[in-house]
Amino acid sequence: MSNAGTTTHYPAATVSQQVESHTLSVLVDNEPGVLARVIGLFSGRGYNIDSLTVSETEHEKHLSRITIVTRGTPMVIEQIKNQLERLVPVHRVVDMTIAGPAIQRELAMVKVRGKGDNRVEALRLADAFRARVIDAGTESFVFEITGASDKIESFIALMIPLGLVEVSRTGIVAIGRGPEGM
Amino acid sequence: MTKDITGAEMVIEALADQGVKHLFGYPGGAVLPIYDALFQQDKIQHILVRHEQGAVHAAEGYARSTGKVGCVLVTSGPGATNAVTGLTDALMDSIPIVVITGQVPTHLIGNDAFQECDTVGITRPCTKHNYLVKSVADLPRVLHEAFHIAASGRPGPVVVDIPKDIQFAKGPYSKPREFDHKGYRPKLKGDLNKIRAAIELMQHAKRPLFYTGGGVINSGPAASQLLRELVKLTGFPITSTLMGLGAYPASDPQWLGMLGMHGTWEANWSMHDCDLMICIGARFDDRITGRLDAFSPGSKKIHVDIDPSSINKNVKVDVPIIGDCAHVLDDMVRLWRTGSVTPDKKALEAWWQQIGKWRARKSLAYNNSNELIKPQYAIQRLYELTKDRDTYITTEVGQHQMWAAQFYRFEEPNRWMTSGGLGTMGYGLPASVGVQLAHPDSLVIDIAGEASVLMTMQEMSTAVQYDLPVKIFIINNQYMGMVRQWQELLHGGRYAHSYTEALPDFVKLAEAYHAVGIRCEKPGDVDGAIREMIDVKRPVIFDCVVDPNENCFPMIPSGRAHNEMLLGGAAEDIEEAVTEEGKVMV
Repeated sequence: MSNAGTTTHYPAATVSQQVESHTLSVLVDNEPGVLARVIGLFSGRGYNIDSLTVSETEHEKHLSRITIVTRGTPMVIEQIKNQLERLVPVHRVVDMTIAGPAIQRELAMVKVRGKGDNRVEALRLADAFRARVIDAGTESFVFEITGASDKIESFIALMIPLGLVEVSRTGIVAIGRGPEGM
Repeated sequence: MTKDITGAEMVIEALADQGVKHLFGYPGGAVLPIYDALFQQDKIQHILVRHEQGAVHAAEGYARSTGKVGCVLVTSGPGATNAVTGLTDALMDSIPIVVITGQVPTHLIGNDAFQECDTVGITRPCTKHNYLVKSVADLPRVLHEAFHIAASGRPGPVVVDIPKDIQFAKGPYSKPREFDHKGYRPKLKGDLNKIRAAIELMQHAKRPLFYTGGGVINSGPAASQLLRELVKLTGFPITSTLMGLGAYPASDPQWLGMLGMHGTWEANWSMHDCDLMICIGARFDDRITGRLDAFSPGSKKIHVDIDPSSINKNVKVDVPIIGDCAHVLDDMVRLWRTGSVTPDKKALEAWWQQIGKWRARKSLAYNNSNELIKPQYAIQRLYELTKDRDTYITTEVGQHQMWAAQFYRFEEPNRWMTSGGLGTMGYGLPASVGVQLAHPDSLVIDIAGEASVLMTMQEMSTAVQYDLPVKIFIINNQYMGMVRQWQELLHGGRYAHSYTEALPDFVKLAEAYHAVGIRCEKPGDVDGAIREMIDVKRPVIFDCVVDPNENCFPMIPSGRAHNEMLLGGAAEDIEEAVTEEGKVMV
């Protein structure tokens, strides 16, 4: 038989669709292990995580909101949503990318070290990007900047030649526009 | 005011309130308080297994043959890790079980204490849900929740990990209550508009086919009844996955046999050529679809499943219906009846004619022998001699499992227990123990392979201890037959480690366990030996020595489509030419 070369007893991978990036908001019970369940699902099934944020959002109800930016074909994105909804502590999953207009923001703290012209230039650029100075010394600044990820990327890129030391980013949080909640 | 009881006593109370009569388990340090409580009551019978994997498979067999939740009690550390294979098996096949594991005291968790393991961490990906109980106040609620989650929606295994100090701690017990959970609300009723759309498609279909699976069995006996009704109303052909056998009677003329990698010629060709596929409680597994981009290319697909994540996972469907099989089938039957829907009879007639031609290939035919027992023959005779009895069949995994699926013909649901999704060798013997316990007067047979059954052979000791007259019917070809078959077909006949050189003498082994051993080596002796096995009211190991070189056909080879199926040498060679390479496999 002419099956030599494909000596597997599993079907071959088939041609896949275009890969898209989606932002998912996941409302979960804030209980031990809930984040492990979500992350384990992604690693166990081979899904991507580009960004992940999590914090308690409703203290009385013990609810946390997880925001995940992930990549995959439309079929995989649908799978991810369905698999997440299967987890017992998960209350709701909303795909912010298709649910309607949504705002996505990130916060970064950017440490820059330098003197003289570089220092002045960093401050001038920070002002243009509406980044705030949250720590200042004679030879360094820490800027706080919020905005869409590409804005933060541009700001960081500009800081590199001016003495970028390190960056700490929150990852993306998202919320829908308009009066309705998720 | 109820008086406070210990956590260990709560476990007993909760199990009793949940209707548990039998508990499969193995004691150890971290569950001693629960065993102490078990010792002082008589509501629940404990079945002492010989290995924790056996406990879980026994609970699975119990659950699958009764429709109830199976229950297991094991200790911490190795007790829990030994249960992992069974948990994964139950997850893959959607079997409702609750496994209670002991844990080291809460103050020692994370300390690498003796017999400590991260049970909730280890079992997270192989359970439907799991709990670590850190306060005795939560214990009654968690236990009741565990049973609810295991049994409802798409069933599955649930682990409750209870530290030893919680088993000693006292608190008030509470009875099961109505379950209300924001995150867990399985949808039972299907969307009526979608069901109407499905009926519309069914009415106009020219080449329709029902493709059903384990979801119909899991949904309960009503689902099987409704399925039979709908199939009769429509006049459509029906095939099923390995997991779904028995939901529709194999003796009915509309039954095409099992589909998939070792399915019948007519079932797989019908899947390939149909114009409407009605999938009920099956999940388009890779053993079913074969090559995905050539899977049933010309059909519209209706998919009924209780688990939304099963929809569009492998195959894009046209009409997804999320709901419980029995509920959706009930709506379908009702709409079909009240709408006086009539199918396209003329087209159906032509479709059945085509199916008749595929059937004429006799894809399950094999060359029988007067010298060697053919495995197919052994199973056929077993079927003929047991079909009029109250019989339950379990299997191990491999060639014998596929032959059992092909040649043992099931008329009723819950009679067939096999490890489908995970393919766990060693499943059948402990599963038969669980089945026999639930059905003490029935005939329970494990159709086994000699390699598989050795993986959990120690449970024979359990069967003997509890007077469970299970029949272990070993199709002994001395090989890991399915591995050997793949090595023959795909790896140039290099039989790497698939031959077992030092098999035990199964008759003596049976005697060592205080069971009965029967050996059969000649085709002419098969009937008599099987009758003898049935008549013995004790556990039996039946060593059926078969042709070691027989292969299991039909077969869809790796990465091929349904219409590229291979047949064995004995199949009828008529009409549609099979390619030469497809024809001869040996």
